[in-house]
Amino acid sequence: MLTAKSPKREAASLLIKGGHLVDPAAKINAPMDVLLRDGRVAEIAPTGKIRGSADEKFDARGLIVSPGFIDLHVHLREPGQSYKETIASGTAAAAAGGFTSVCTMPNTAPVVDTADWVTWLRNPERGAVVNVFPIAAATRGSRGGTLTDFGSLQRAGAVAVTDDGKPILEDDVMRMALRLGAELNLPVVQHAEDTRLTENCSMHAGATSFRLGLRAMPAAAEAGIVDRDVTLAQQVHESRLHVAHLSTSDALKAVRRGKRAKARVTCEVTPHHFTLIDENVGEYDTNFKMNPPLRSAADREAILVALADGTVDAIATDHAPHALHEKQVEFERAAFGITGLETALGLAITQLHRDHKIPLTRIVELFTAGPSRVFDLPARGSLARGNFADVTVFDPKKRWTFEAAKSRSLSRNSPFDGWQLTGKVVATIVGGNIVYRTD
Amino acid sequence: MNSPARGSLLGIEHLDTKEILGLLQLARRMNPLKARPLLRGKRVVLLFYEASTRTRTSFELAAKSLGAMTTLVQSSGSSIEKGESVIDTGYTLRAVGADCIVMRHASAGAPHLMARHLDIPVINAGDGMHEHPSQALLDALTILKHKKSLKGLQATIIGDIFHSRVARSACHLLTRFGVKIILCGPPEFVPDVAATLAPGLRVTRHIEDALRGTDVVMLLRVQKERLEGQKIRLQDYIARYQMTGARLKLAKRDAIVMHPGPIIRGLELTAEVADGPQSVIVDEVHNGVPTRMAILARALGKAS
Repeated sequence: MLTAKSPKREAASLLIKGGHLVDPAAKINAPMDVLLRDGRVAEIAPTGKIRGSADEKFDARGLIVSPGFIDLHVHLREPGQSYKETIASGTAAAAAGGFTSVCTMPNTAPVVDTADWVTWLRNPERGAVVNVFPIAAATRGSRGGTLTDFGSLQRAGAVAVTDDGKPILEDDVMRMALRLGAELNLPVVQHAEDTRLTENCSMHAGATSFRLGLRAMPAAAEAGIVDRDVTLAQQVHESRLHVAHLSTSDALKAVRRGKRAKARVTCEVTPHHFTLIDENVGEYDTNFKMNPPLRSAADREAILVALADGTVDAIATDHAPHALHEKQVEFERAAFGITGLETALGLAITQLHRDHKIPLTRIVELFTAGPSRVFDLPARGSLARGNFADVTVFDPKKRWTFEAAKSRSLSRNSPFDGWQLTGKVVATIVGGNIVYRTD
Repeated sequence: MNSPARGSLLGIEHLDTKEILGLLQLARRMNPLKARPLLRGKRVVLLFYEASTRTRTSFELAAKSLGAMTTLVQSSGSSIEKGESVIDTGYTLRAVGADCIVMRHASAGAPHLMARHLDIPVINAGDGMHEHPSQALLDALTILKHKKSLKGLQATIIGDIFHSRVARSACHLLTRFGVKIILCGPPEFVPDVAATLAPGLRVTRHIEDALRGTDVVMLLRVQKERLEGQKIRLQDYIARYQMTGARLKLAKRDAIVMHPGPIIRGLELTAEVADGPQSVIVDEVHNGVPTRMAILARALGKAS
């Protein structure tokens, strides 16, 4: 078990009653009660049909009950940058956002490139309140040169490898990473950015960057790498390529090409890329600065289509907390990244369901079955009997206002401060224990 | 985080047309040699993170002509060198009694950052590749001294528009008053997206096309170091885009030639053009002081 035990009283069994279960992997979309016992799903049955008693009951009337959400892409900043976030604070924010599992990126200080650091991340002493699945560095120090020891990293618990924050740029290194990953059935996650085209750039190249006088990243800097990677993934038998935080229309074309060719290519999209565009940077608001940057309106439209049509496998937050002093500086000097764990569901329901008519079942899939398939997280992403008792309960109609100042994250760098959202997490259950409950 | 203090001048793009007209009117009335001491007792800090001759000197003379005290803070020899942030430098200057900060910075948006955190006016004296509003105002003043009105004029801007804050501010200001602008240069310097900056802009690669029938020719300095790594060679640039006497004949007979300086003779223009009868390059510098007097008077609430 990766879960740190909650210090609270633990119920051996918990009955979630009266809710509407949406479990896309199990093809369930109906009123169902869910009984959790000893950290596993014990029984699923139509409302009122579960016999016997439970230690604790949760009234889910009027609410959606879903498999626990999985975030494939978070930066929890430990080891080394605990002034931005800790595993304890970051997972508390995850729980508040409905995530029962998060996959942590290795671009910490030091970089997570050894089995020891993977083990350290998973140690219960870190105080995680949700499951933490480390992603390890693909190359030593994420310097893009020598591959790390994928086998030992995987044995220590790494679910994938990446140099996130930077690309694996060299063709040969990427090919070898895919090859070694294929031998171990380990996905290689690519931060697709041709850094030869993005030096000193701080936003997307377009009319807004020209107006603001900012050096800017062309969409081709992402699409070019994705295109190359898809080609490599097709060449390397059984390799698994996962495109992190995909943001451009052309990169989507490359992913579609790979999927059509039956290559094992997956991709994730962030809530900010399906919600915002480059124009929203306004007058140098650094809470709108991230990498990949907010793209054009046409890129956003293409992403919305791909979220609806199944091209996108998962919604991932790229939760990237930064201290105030790293953001309250000149735009070009400001750190890349925004927090995202607590706003993901609200943005998905508001933007995708309410405004773009994407069914709730598809949204739940993007938070559950989709990501669990991407990294092969066994017995998660669905509430089949015997699976881990990770459950997210949410109210799809609840309107609320996100206040960054009240975030559980140590950082406040969100562009969505003060946004009114529809759809709110009511309870987050990890291993049968309620780790978050709305006030 | 607040909105900028009244009197701040961060750019032309978001400045009301009425305010632009007011500043131009005021600038026309300003005479550095016969100025009333409107700003007596006021402290103006010139905070320059980047080198400057014209802008710094003319802001300083403008402030002093109006009776203000000025002090110059540059990155070298100040706490900026020790790593002090823009905001902290602003707090410090405010605390020692600055009434207004005139700021030049290599990074676009730096004055906006400063202005959001201070309750005194911040004047942008050039921020990265973004805007240089006082230059656009003094250029408009210069044009208006030679032309009856801006409306209906055609202006041609030639050179490295991509890197130019002068060009961006000029485009915002002149198009607001009905000037049609042609942007001319190689794609590295004038990307197609430049035409989206303001209504009434057109991009061309051909200098003959750009000059034909134009009223105002604005040249921009070409930085040799910026040509390095670009596809275009210096000799090609000169061959295709240098302003020569022969090319100037394509423009209207009474066309004026402008340049924000510093000029590099033999590169973006010949000495013949720089010193020729149509050149108003020195007038521009001259108009810098009254324009900046108007900006400072407005900033410190003494604009009437």
